[in-house]
Amino acid sequence: MFVINCPYCGERDQSEFSCGGEAHIVRPKQPTELSDDEWAEYLFMKKNIKGVQFERWNHAHGCRKWFNMIRDTSNDKIHAVYKMGEKPPVI
Amino acid sequence: MTKYRINKTRFVDQTKTVSFTFDGKKYHGFEGDTLASALLSNGIHLVGRSFKYHRPRGIMSCGSEEPNAICQINDNTDLTEPNVRATEIELYEGLKASSQNCWPSLNFDIGGINNLISPFIPAGFYYKTFMWPKSFWKKIYEPLIRLSAGLGKSPTQPDPDIYDHKHEHCDVVVIGGGISGIISAKIAAKNNLKTILIEDKNILGGSTIYQNNKNFIIDNQKSNEWLMNEISELEKLDNLIIKTRTSLAAFHSYNYLLAKENISDHLPLDKKNGSIRQRLWKIRADKVIVAAGAIERPLVFNNNDRPGIILANSVKKYLDFYGVSTGLNNIIFTNNDSAYETAVSLFDKGISVKIVDIRKRSSSNIVKNAEDLGIKIYWNSTVVNTFGYKKIKSIEIMNLSEDGSNVTGNKHKIQCDCLSISGGWTPMVHMHTQSGGKLDFREIDQVFVPSEKSGNHINVGSCNGDFELEEIVKNTNNKVKKFLNINEGSFDKISVICSKESEKKNIWLLPNTISESKTKSFIDFQNDSTAKDIKLALREGFKSIEHVKRYTTTGMATDQGKLSNMHALGIIADTAGVKMGTLGTTTFRPPFTPLTFGAIVGRSVGKFFDIVRKTSIHKWHVQNNAKFENVGQWKRPWYYPINNENLHEAVQRESKAARDSAGILDASTLGKIDIQGSDASEFLNRVYTNAWSKLGIGKCRYGLMLNEDGMVYDDGVTTRLGENHYLMTTTTGGAANVLFKLEDYLQTEWPELDVYLTSVTDHYSTASICGPNSKKILKKLFPNKDFSDEAFPHMSYQDAIIDKTECRIMRISFTGELSYEINVESKYGKSLWENCIAAGEEYKITPYGTETMHLLRAEKGFIIVGQDTDGTMTPIDLQMDWIVSKKKYDFIGKRSLYRSDTIREDRKQLVGLLTDDPNEILEEGAQIVSELDKKPVEMIGHVTSSYFSPNLNKSIALAVVKGGKKMNGQKLFVPMENKNINVTVSDFIFLDKENKRINA
Ligand SMILES: [Zn+2]
Repeated sequence: MFVINCPYCGERDQSEFSCGGEAHIVRPKQPTELSDDEWAEYLFMKKNIKGVQFERWNHAHGCRKWFNMIRDTSNDKIHAVYKMGEKPPVI
Repeated sequence: MTKYRINKTRFVDQTKTVSFTFDGKKYHGFEGDTLASALLSNGIHLVGRSFKYHRPRGIMSCGSEEPNAICQINDNTDLTEPNVRATEIELYEGLKASSQNCWPSLNFDIGGINNLISPFIPAGFYYKTFMWPKSFWKKIYEPLIRLSAGLGKSPTQPDPDIYDHKHEHCDVVVIGGGISGIISAKIAAKNNLKTILIEDKNILGGSTIYQNNKNFIIDNQKSNEWLMNEISELEKLDNLIIKTRTSLAAFHSYNYLLAKENISDHLPLDKKNGSIRQRLWKIRADKVIVAAGAIERPLVFNNNDRPGIILANSVKKYLDFYGVSTGLNNIIFTNNDSAYETAVSLFDKGISVKIVDIRKRSSSNIVKNAEDLGIKIYWNSTVVNTFGYKKIKSIEIMNLSEDGSNVTGNKHKIQCDCLSISGGWTPMVHMHTQSGGKLDFREIDQVFVPSEKSGNHINVGSCNGDFELEEIVKNTNNKVKKFLNINEGSFDKISVICSKESEKKNIWLLPNTISESKTKSFIDFQNDSTAKDIKLALREGFKSIEHVKRYTTTGMATDQGKLSNMHALGIIADTAGVKMGTLGTTTFRPPFTPLTFGAIVGRSVGKFFDIVRKTSIHKWHVQNNAKFENVGQWKRPWYYPINNENLHEAVQRESKAARDSAGILDASTLGKIDIQGSDASEFLNRVYTNAWSKLGIGKCRYGLMLNEDGMVYDDGVTTRLGENHYLMTTTTGGAANVLFKLEDYLQTEWPELDVYLTSVTDHYSTASICGPNSKKILKKLFPNKDFSDEAFPHMSYQDAIIDKTECRIMRISFTGELSYEINVESKYGKSLWENCIAAGEEYKITPYGTETMHLLRAEKGFIIVGQDTDGTMTPIDLQMDWIVSKKKYDFIGKRSLYRSDTIREDRKQLVGLLTDDPNEILEEGAQIVSELDKKPVEMIGHVTSSYFSPNLNKSIALAVVKGGKKMNGQKLFVPMENKNINVTVSDFIFLDKENKRINA
């Protein structure tokens, strides 16, 4: 159970949050112009690696804001949290 | 005093007698006893039978590592509890305990026959033997195994006890109240840190509290006396919370700890009443100091499992803590110095004791002390056999060869009534590894110790591999000061004198003259796995420790291998010729000791199990005899039986009334999302499959929402309340998920849109009136309003006033009938409803529930998301092409609608089904086939909704069938257990395809 530092609310227990998978996957602006393979790449191919990973999180039982997190999945160390639209900090 | 209660101690109050029963017989112990110490004081060692061979087993330890003494506590059907360790349960007046795994009785156990045939029950026996013939499983093997196996009985009635949860935050948690934990807690608390000290026993002090030996001196006092003073000092510290009878269950990342406190388990029966039984603490600590101690290892030799064979330090604890002698004629069998403390203690009380030591010599103070007292020591010797069925009677010893791999010379038999064994110590690294810490292997004494790392927890004392008193005290002091950034501490100038071990020798499996296949050298006492089993598993090709563990079941019993894992590893390493350090360990998983389900769920039982949501009209439904259905967390009226009607009868009556005159439904539970902002129309365009820009103010429109994969996610009617203002409705169960999904897109994909979402589900109550007379009823309710089709057409909304209260009227229909939904602020919901009922009385307005609603919409061919869809249905599959905009450039899921897989023509598609026998009602979920004779039978679809329609006077069903769109009129079959039902594919709109009723 992590302690997550919501960029809007501060430190809260992990039970208040839900994880939304890999971050920085941009929804294609013109989906109709993509081939099946290209669309499938966007739609299905999400990473879940062992190591440092960029993730989307939502403060579901709090401010309901989405934000990004850099987390090492091998030891659950959270390197950084940052707001949607912000550039990931260098770690 | 009984024969075996030979010593008075300050821990057991021998003026306070406590009576209890074991296997139905009454015994006495004292306040302060555990069940185990009380049994031993009565001379009872035999407490159970082993799992596989049903060998007699005795109490072996004094703590949570106990493999044998597991009991059934209480005999009531609601309070009985299996698998309780006798070594951990404190004695209370009226305690009823019984042995487990013995049939018909402890002293005569029929399963003992397994012991005689044991050469035929090797590792993996169950896997190998009972695999075939398959038909034997159900009738022969399983009943046989169940009869003679098993660990106790589960309660059959609900647990009447109260359990509790509590959250706590603090600066420092110290796990373990032994000497290193006490030193740590004092340093932390004295430095202004809010500290919690957790100890699973009823008093602090660990094993030092009963050390009482002149070879162990701290600041010129015996170690136990020094510690006693420290404990009374500790109790005066303000910012220290001491939690005894509290065991740490789990150590999660970010210093999140779960600890179980026993609050009333130790109280006499008449004082337990009404008290909380156990409390689960959920602690978030800034820093954690683990001082969990070490567990003594057994030694592995032939017949090492007889009652009366006990770990040496446990023998000492029973003697010096509880005042109970585990035997009057003792032998100690050891490979290290610590057991000599037990020997000296026994000697001091005038009890006969001899020592068998596998080492050649040791020159430490404690060994000299024992020699000076004249205690006989057999050096360089090992036990090769033991005798005595229900209690040990004698042992045979032999000399060890030079390298320890063999035995030499003659067998020498020695009489005894207790054999204390000590194979050294295993640091309790469970907590460290649970939190993510790694381990190093220390060759010199063959232990895994925590790897040093900079983190938010440290390990101190014997769980860190410090076994000698001086290093425990000094290392703990230094480490804790550094960890907490403290310069000066109370223990900086402490002087410690202790015996120091000079010789170390470890043999995982002690040698014997007879071949291994004929010995029973137990490793896992509870699961009956032996050294032979481990070696067999290796010969059969198992290499990974995790596989050997599962194949032999070593370490998989309720004690989780606390005594057995190291020996299993050691024997694997020796046999396979690899180093233990490279072999690694099995995973240490929480909980450290078993947790009750009660402690896990806490107060979340009965009506607190989940949130219950009720509409503001709920009371009326109850008063009018509604039966309720759970929809998500909502209680919705299911049907309203009159005069003992059953579900079917009530639904037939309600459905007919709704179509013939008027029906009324509480639709308050539908999810409602208020959408505002200058981009609200554009937002709806992107989330629904159809177009929204041209929807006029005051109009309503049905929308279908997809997932990005093109599958139907939710549906509902959305009303345009103003230029930039919409009210969206969702399915009852989908409301929260829809809001979550919409917020996700809004915040992450389309942050440029000016849109605000607010959940208003609870803000409004909704009465939905339908049927040919609904317009007349509305006119009575709103006499000033024009309900003509021109003024108030289908799919539109108007504001109105009822009882001086503002409301919204939507003319929308989920039944196919002329229908109005009236929304008011929730607090006026019940009065609105009662007004509707009163106004509808002359038309026999009939309240109907969810079941009738489902039937009515099925007659009309309207889908229910989640019933007729399952996350694999596209709008095209549902024959709802009409709602998918071709013009819109994009919406969620659009691109997926023409992926190669979604345009397949043989996808399951929504169809209607009519049974050839109009009275036959299909079962929802039933499979559909096209050919009965084809083997294997090919399932081409299933029934999603099925009802008897009173309005059509026949059975109707919705189904999804592969390629169903093109099957209209085709004959299919629904095979059931006893018969095949003939069906015909039909249009899925069964009633009023022309929409005459809606516009009536
Ligand atoms: Zn937040």
